[in-house]
Amino acid sequence: MIKKWFKSGDPFIWLNASAVSISIIVVVGLLMVIAVKGLSHFWPAQIIQAELVNETGRTTLVGEIVDTSEVPVQRLIDSGIDIKTDKEVIERSLIKVGNRDVLGSDFRWVIFPENTSIIYPEELTVIERREWGNFYGYLLGISKNGQPLKTNKPLWQQLEQLIDEANQLHDKIRDIEKHEIGGINYELEQLRLKKRRLELDGVTDKSAYKLIESEKRALNDLYNQQKNALVKLYAEATTYTVSAKIMSGQTVTIPLAKIVRAYQPNRLNVFQKISIYFSRLAEFVFDEPREANTEGGIFPAIFGTVLMVILMAILVTPCGVITAIYLREYAKQGFVTRLIRIAVNNLAGVPSIVYGIFGLGFFIYFIGSEIDQIFYPEALPAPTFGTPGLLWSSLTLAILTVPVVIVATEEGLSRIPKALREGSLALGATKAETLWRIIIPMATPAMMTGMILAIARAAGEVAPLMLVGVVKLAPSLPLDGSLPFLHLERKFMHLGFHIYDVGFQSPNVEAARPLVYATSFLLVLVIVILNLSAIWIRNHLREKYRHLDS
Amino acid sequence: MSDTNYTQSIITAKKDIESVNDNSDKLAQEKPCLTVNDLSLYYDQKQALYDINLSIPEKRVSAFIGPSGCGKSTLLRCFNRMNDLVDNCRIEGNIHLHDEDIYARGVNVADLRQKIGMVFQKPNPFPKSIYENVAYGLRLQGEKNRRRTDEIVEKSLKGAALWDEVKDRLHDSALGLSGGQQQRLVIARAIAIEPEVLLLDEPASALDPISTLKIEELIHELKENYTIVIVTHNMQQAARVSDYTAFLYMGKLIEFDDTNNIFTNPSMKQTEDYITGRYG
Repeated sequence: MIKKWFKSGDPFIWLNASAVSISIIVVVGLLMVIAVKGLSHFWPAQIIQAELVNETGRTTLVGEIVDTSEVPVQRLIDSGIDIKTDKEVIERSLIKVGNRDVLGSDFRWVIFPENTSIIYPEELTVIERREWGNFYGYLLGISKNGQPLKTNKPLWQQLEQLIDEANQLHDKIRDIEKHEIGGINYELEQLRLKKRRLELDGVTDKSAYKLIESEKRALNDLYNQQKNALVKLYAEATTYTVSAKIMSGQTVTIPLAKIVRAYQPNRLNVFQKISIYFSRLAEFVFDEPREANTEGGIFPAIFGTVLMVILMAILVTPCGVITAIYLREYAKQGFVTRLIRIAVNNLAGVPSIVYGIFGLGFFIYFIGSEIDQIFYPEALPAPTFGTPGLLWSSLTLAILTVPVVIVATEEGLSRIPKALREGSLALGATKAETLWRIIIPMATPAMMTGMILAIARAAGEVAPLMLVGVVKLAPSLPLDGSLPFLHLERKFMHLGFHIYDVGFQSPNVEAARPLVYATSFLLVLVIVILNLSAIWIRNHLREKYRHLDS
Repeated sequence: MSDTNYTQSIITAKKDIESVNDNSDKLAQEKPCLTVNDLSLYYDQKQALYDINLSIPEKRVSAFIGPSGCGKSTLLRCFNRMNDLVDNCRIEGNIHLHDEDIYARGVNVADLRQKIGMVFQKPNPFPKSIYENVAYGLRLQGEKNRRRTDEIVEKSLKGAALWDEVKDRLHDSALGLSGGQQQRLVIARAIAIEPEVLLLDEPASALDPISTLKIEELIHELKENYTIVIVTHNMQQAARVSDYTAFLYMGKLIEFDDTNNIFTNPSMKQTEDYITGRYG
């Protein structure tokens, strides 16, 4: 009976089906975990208030419950916590109490005694600040230049309006600092280099130097103008302050300019919460990080990842395709080509950190410093290309992924029927004409497949990048408004490294954990989008040669 | 090879031909188009053709018959140097197209293949439109004039008896055609560049009987303008379409003669055995 069942082939089908199911469950489960843990971080949670009684007296606790876990009582006693209970295990909660400036740390593990009453007062306010993390507590009032603000509007409305204004002011200040003054500084640096270059070239013509001096003066004037405007804006920003009470009863004063967002989560209805949720999500995706990457957004990292991968694809595809064409179409098939193929395939298995070392040693220390000697002597000893940067990262990853492109392209070339080559040659085409008119168009989808695989591999690579160009915090994006627009020598931020940095190097691990999940989810999303767009391009091309698959 | 040797070899070649064809004057009267002299071909160490001597008459259909592996396709592919593509293939002797040695040093193979077109056993249209398939050779020659290209494409498709079937869908993919249509398209593609010689390598063996018939009719019409050499498995087909027939066996040319003579009164015992079905 069982023998017959085995013979029927059913067990094999079941085996295959379960393998497929397991794969799908693993992939979907992974995505679900990081999506849920990451994306729920932006939801405005309820704020609790609880009275805790112990020997030293009563304390009030205000904050949001982040996590609860069960711990054995014995372990708590062993670690010096005094508990009187007859239970074996006890529930412990992680409360985010915020107010790091006063309380010292954002988080607190709390064991609630059994009869603790937990309340949700509607007046409890969360204030997200540009410094010192979140504030949790009660709002007292608004002051203007140190005097209580007299207004007939309700306090909350007044505050929201002022926060809006403060945010606009903040954007204005940042715009001046980053774009106006940043641009002037960039041009001043260029002038300095130009002058240095003239000196190095031994130019003694006074007029050239005078020209530079006058340009420099004009720029300095411009700079002073912007600086005055900035001083005025800063003064404006310190006009309003908010006074508020935290759970320990202390009163804190928060300058309005330091507030990103304020809300009273216990008062909000679902739609208001959704609106805050998306506002926080948008901040995460489109803003720059602050507070050592534990708050704010990750836009520079997304931008850096995508730009680096695109550059890598532009570098690797032609290189791999040309190599594959030579190997398959022109090279005499024999010992040497076999050796090269084996080498290429083995190259794909070399650990990626080794490529990082190679990139550092060859590209940066050797080629980069040569380029500096020849083209940028005026900037020395400060290196221009002789230091990790975007170009070297893309090149290193291009080398890392070139075997994938070669193998895929060769595969595609070998699939083209010999009859078609002969047909073309028999009509008087030379080998090169056959290649350009018949073979390369037909192999294009295979080349695109190679590129897609290369992108998938490169986008997930972190280790080599730490050596050849990725930094924790880049002062400026590698693509901006000042000539030559694309700054290949600049360092950049990368989502993969960002995950590592926030997760392991952060001063505030608990606060950063949800961001690690959210960033991971975004990294996966970026890779998926990159892949999908490459696949879309390939399918577009394939339309023309669809029958090839038939 | 010195001059005297060369002359000597031609004389012996002629003698060979005469000895084979001694009971037929017809072949000797034809104007030769392709002349093969002492052709031997080796793949690595293995010899595939042995001292072949024959001359293909102009504007006639010559058929090569013989059992599988006898070297008839190999011989055909020597005429447009397709064997150059095979690694480790070595050729001795020579082939002349009229007076030009096609294996001489400095011969442009691409130009030669424009003069000697070829159609393969399996239809091999390019993954392009019908129009572009036929225009392929013209594009290679750098023909830019649209009107002229249109004319030649039409003429070639008419010449291959395909025009009426495809004139409304010239810009559809050629891969949508049936096998027989594809093979005629490939013939149209070959005659678009106006070669002198057409080599057909079992052109109908992958086709159904009706398509085969059409191809045979086509061959009949084409011989007005082209010298045709056809390789075939099918002896009836050789009898139907060809003027002259060569019988090859084990890499050797056994007999080349008027088709009627070969099928009714072969001079060699081996030929008779083959066509009466005693082996092969």
